[in-house]
Amino acid sequence: MEDMTQMDRAMSTEQDIKISAKGVQVYYGDNHAIKDVDVEIEDKTVTAFIGPSGCGKSTFLRCINRMNDTIDVARVMGDIRIDGEDIYDPKVDPVQLRAKVGMVFQKPNPFPKSIYDNVAYGPKIHGLARNKADLDEIVEKSLRKAALWNEAKDRLDSPGTGLSGGQQQRLCIARAIATAPEVLLMDEPCSALDPIATAQVEELIDELRQSFSVVIVTHSMQQAARVSQKTAFFHLGNLVEYDDTDKIFTNPQDPRTESYISGRIG
Amino acid sequence: MQMLTTPLLLIFALALAGYFLAKSRALQVAGGDIRTLVSLPNQHALSTALATAVPPTAAVLLFALYARLSQAEPNWFFALIIIGLGVTGFALSLIGIKTDSRARIYAERWILGLLIFASSIAIMTTIGIVFSMLFESLNFFGQYDWRDFFFSTTWSPNFRGNSDLGILPLLWGTLYVSFIALLFAVPIGLFAAIYLSEYASPRMRSVAKPAIEVLAGIPTIVYGLFALITVGPLLRDYFAEPMGFGQSASSVMTAGLVMGIMLIPFVSSLSDDIINAVPQAMRDGSLGLGATPSETIRQVVIPAALPGIVGAVLLAASRAIGETMIVVLGAGAAARLSLNPFEAMTTVTVKIVSQLTGDTDFASPETLVAFALGLTLFVITLGLNVFALYIVRKYREQYE
Repeated sequence: MEDMTQMDRAMSTEQDIKISAKGVQVYYGDNHAIKDVDVEIEDKTVTAFIGPSGCGKSTFLRCINRMNDTIDVARVMGDIRIDGEDIYDPKVDPVQLRAKVGMVFQKPNPFPKSIYDNVAYGPKIHGLARNKADLDEIVEKSLRKAALWNEAKDRLDSPGTGLSGGQQQRLCIARAIATAPEVLLMDEPCSALDPIATAQVEELIDELRQSFSVVIVTHSMQQAARVSQKTAFFHLGNLVEYDDTDKIFTNPQDPRTESYISGRIG
Repeated sequence: MQMLTTPLLLIFALALAGYFLAKSRALQVAGGDIRTLVSLPNQHALSTALATAVPPTAAVLLFALYARLSQAEPNWFFALIIIGLGVTGFALSLIGIKTDSRARIYAERWILGLLIFASSIAIMTTIGIVFSMLFESLNFFGQYDWRDFFFSTTWSPNFRGNSDLGILPLLWGTLYVSFIALLFAVPIGLFAAIYLSEYASPRMRSVAKPAIEVLAGIPTIVYGLFALITVGPLLRDYFAEPMGFGQSASSVMTAGLVMGIMLIPFVSSLSDDIINAVPQAMRDGSLGLGATPSETIRQVVIPAALPGIVGAVLLAASRAIGETMIVVLGAGAAARLSLNPFEAMTTVTVKIVSQLTGDTDFASPETLVAFALGLTLFVITLGLNVFALYIVRKYREQYE
């Protein structure tokens, strides 16, 4: 009986794990930016990475969709698997991987194209739409999911750069979910936004949890507490503590985590 | 002129003396403690020197202009005024040095004036060029019907009079050669720029970029020689003759090709800077969506950089239209309206030179036509530049 439950539990965790990283090391030239990080990120969950500036949380995030490949001096070692598949396997095409793992950046970066073309960019590149009607549908669905449809439906042809900062960031989220990713990475998506836009984006993140596994890097501990179910605390390139968000904020195990969340370091 | 330059030299000596005198006087007024001064000794010195030198210099320029217009010789009265101005400025500045005088502000004003003067020289020169061309062109159109000039398709100047001076064959040659040059330079330059800015490692870039820019430093006459002795015969022997296009070594193709090589660094260097200025966030956004590097460049980076690239191309086009030496040596001197790119043709600039070489007086339409040609060319390149500026301004704020 005892064995059964244990096996059951093992089975269920096995299924729920979306991203599993083991012994990840990242070097920028001689700088050892990520030291031996192990983490398991669950599906349909918001996972927050917190920690002081330069602690490696963004760097680790960029490992998950191999964006570090675009930096010449960066070297990534260790094992990262999505659905059990090693993403650093030589057979894996980073371009395909990034279609599966969407990313939203710190500063809203809409392309200098129309709102429609911004959202349609990914689907067009990956051939997700068979015809114009299909594409229209994808654009509308993505904009609706990003809670931007009502504001943007009458101005789909106007440039995306003409939107306000919060709208631009939601446009970038719509653009990322238009390629139907399985994981959505967000690198401080609210740091350039005002509180109202932040609230809208946070609400959105909570809804996105229904469909994706969301990983969010944030400087704001309140934000991590509001939107995430799991929280990982990074410090000086180490993953110090990783647990349920409630537990991290109410009952941290590591003294460094406690100092950080109580405002004594970082 | 002697009456003006001698006093001016005196004034400059006075200004130099004023510089050092003002400095020591400022220190003396301060009584050794520099902190009691509102303005620093250097600022007093600068203000004194400028106040001594600038008004007389301006006066000399005005007098020279006046003397030229009224045919009057500058006399001792002018010289006296100039020296008076200088000495007044010198004395007033030196006497005015007190602990609380604001020499800082005066010096700034003098410098501002100098800067405005410098920038107005460039503008004045442009206007001057236009007018000098305009008057001679009007002169030409007084002797030659403008309809014949703009719409006649033959160019056969004859120094005994009775010439056909139609601009069309020349304009055609200019545009044809420039078009071929851009046809070579734009794709090659643009691809080189994309390689340098997007793919090349920093080390490769630091070697390749200056190497390409060396091309821009070669005098155009050397390009012309290259066209004459290498490219021309090569094109004739391997393309024109086997394909039955003609036997001429000098051809539009020769000049266009060599001019295209000359323009590559213009296009590549400017485009490279512009592509580099596209924010990295654009590339990250596109790569993060699973676009390949070449898709990113084609669909995001190039559209974002397009206004600047168009500007670079139009700048190259202005260069191509104004180019002379390569055409003389590469395309020959026969004015001809033809579509065959392996035939010799000529351009507006070449004909300007040939109309003005030799024994000429500036009275016959055969020589004056050069000014009308020059003015037409100027208007075309000006139009291109204005168009380039318009494009760049209109689309500049696309990303940000």
